[in-house]
Amino acid sequence: MTISTLLDSASELTDSTSSKTAIVLMTRVRLARNLSGQPFPGWARPAQRDLILDKCQKAVTSISPLKRGLSLSVNELSELEKLNLVERHLISRELSGSTQGSGVIISRDQTFSVMVNEEDHLRIQVLRSGFHLKKAWNQIDDLDSALEEALDFAFSPSLGYLTACPTNLGTGLRASAMMHLPALVISSQMEKVVRAVNQLGMVVRGLFGEGSDASGSIFQISNQMTLGETEEDIIKRLSSVLQSIVEHEMNARQKLIETDSGKLFDKLGRAYGILQNSHLLTSGEAMNLLSLVRLGVDLKMYPESCRSIIDRLFIEAQPGHLQYAQKGACDPQQRDFLRAAKLRTEFANVTKPDFSVSASDKN
Amino acid sequence: MNSPLKCDFCVNSATVHLTQIVNNKVHKVDLCEECAQKKGVTDPSGFSLADLLLKASLNPEKALTGTRCPKCNFTQPDFKKTGRFGCPSCYETFKDMLDAMLDGMHKGTTHVGKVPKLALTRKSLYERLTKLETGLTEAVKSERYEEAARFRDEINEVKQSAAPKLEEKR
Ligand SMILES: [Zn+2]
Ligand SMILES: [Zn+2]
Repeated sequence: MTISTLLDSASELTDSTSSKTAIVLMTRVRLARNLSGQPFPGWARPAQRDLILDKCQKAVTSISPLKRGLSLSVNELSELEKLNLVERHLISRELSGSTQGSGVIISRDQTFSVMVNEEDHLRIQVLRSGFHLKKAWNQIDDLDSALEEALDFAFSPSLGYLTACPTNLGTGLRASAMMHLPALVISSQMEKVVRAVNQLGMVVRGLFGEGSDASGSIFQISNQMTLGETEEDIIKRLSSVLQSIVEHEMNARQKLIETDSGKLFDKLGRAYGILQNSHLLTSGEAMNLLSLVRLGVDLKMYPESCRSIIDRLFIEAQPGHLQYAQKGACDPQQRDFLRAAKLRTEFANVTKPDFSVSASDKN
Repeated sequence: MNSPLKCDFCVNSATVHLTQIVNNKVHKVDLCEECAQKKGVTDPSGFSLADLLLKASLNPEKALTGTRCPKCNFTQPDFKKTGRFGCPSCYETFKDMLDAMLDGMHKGTTHVGKVPKLALTRKSLYERLTKLETGLTEAVKSERYEEAARFRDEINEVKQSAAPKLEEKR
């Protein structure tokens, strides 16, 4: 398997057959692990980093879900390839910026990835489309236990798994969900939600937007505390927070339809018109339009089959994927032309939104 | 009315008050409008209170000790710079600094989650073997041959029972 076969094949997120759900787009679980007796990546000398990389690559590629996967060193990847992996959530921006002695191992179906020498020696990740926290945790737990046979992890009975940053200490577990919350954004309730979620010890981040522009109304919610709680409890607590955010979003949608359906339908109708006819689209605008159509799918205004197209475009309309499809780098304005052209084609055959939905149809 | 609170990051009076409840303890951050904006608190796309609390807890002007990690040469100023440790042993070396930080950072201060059982078994086997081997050497040196034979038997036993597990490490 090579990097181009990987990038040419569908990922868990873009595959139309993977399970898709309203509101929760994907769930992710990661574990931070370090080798005992070795300096952490940020403090290790280049020669030490190389040794650690080699040792981890050998161990990780000997385990079944990754045995037939792809093992890459970061310095053998082009900028564009790295950007594509970042957009697929398979590597972090931090790893893509590292120059030497770091790597990643990715499973064939692109649901598992293991970064080596990022902030910690190992960052193990499982990524699932839809709301599958428990399943993702079970899978990563198994992978971690298998790795334990080959590697001695830095561990203290009182502090748990030792990590470069004390904020990851203990379980080293960060579980997160990518949530689509357009109604909470439209009705200006996000700030309130962010504060409430923070009070419960969880973190909210906008996914695509930088600064105050949360384009696409997509947010990542994750646990912040890793020590003093079992993995199962962390997953359970996060799940219940996610569940309550889902309920808030559903209520906000219901309310929008009851009190402001004219405005809502106007937004959804315009999105359809622009996606079918525009010739210049920035990434932020595209995300917002796609987000509105996804809301329309949830409201049964578009056929359910539209959902997988949108989820795929959330990834494929990003700068790296557009340029990769074009087989080369191009400037932002050219990208905006390319993006609009792609979306015009994709939406050419999508039927007109059905505005006959009424509040009583919704649950 | 309470007297106006000062911003945690500058001299202005605080208008934004954030609380987080960890371990039934309330942690508070008070900020002025300007700092709240700068730290992204008012950002509707979300921010991390954890990062804020961590930065606040890394800030107190505690006397910097000249301690160096014996394993990796890491120092306290290095931590102030990066917010990350040098190696696993740093957690013992800088225990005092860590204890102050951990208070409030997490749900608790003791690990209750998963344990790498295999690695720990391997470790304890090694420690047991090392102990037995030292015992053997000493017994031979002081010509306590009966004792030495017992040590040798026990070493063989441990090695045999753990053969597959020890293989990995060698
Ligand atoms: Zn201030
Ligand atoms: Zn150290």
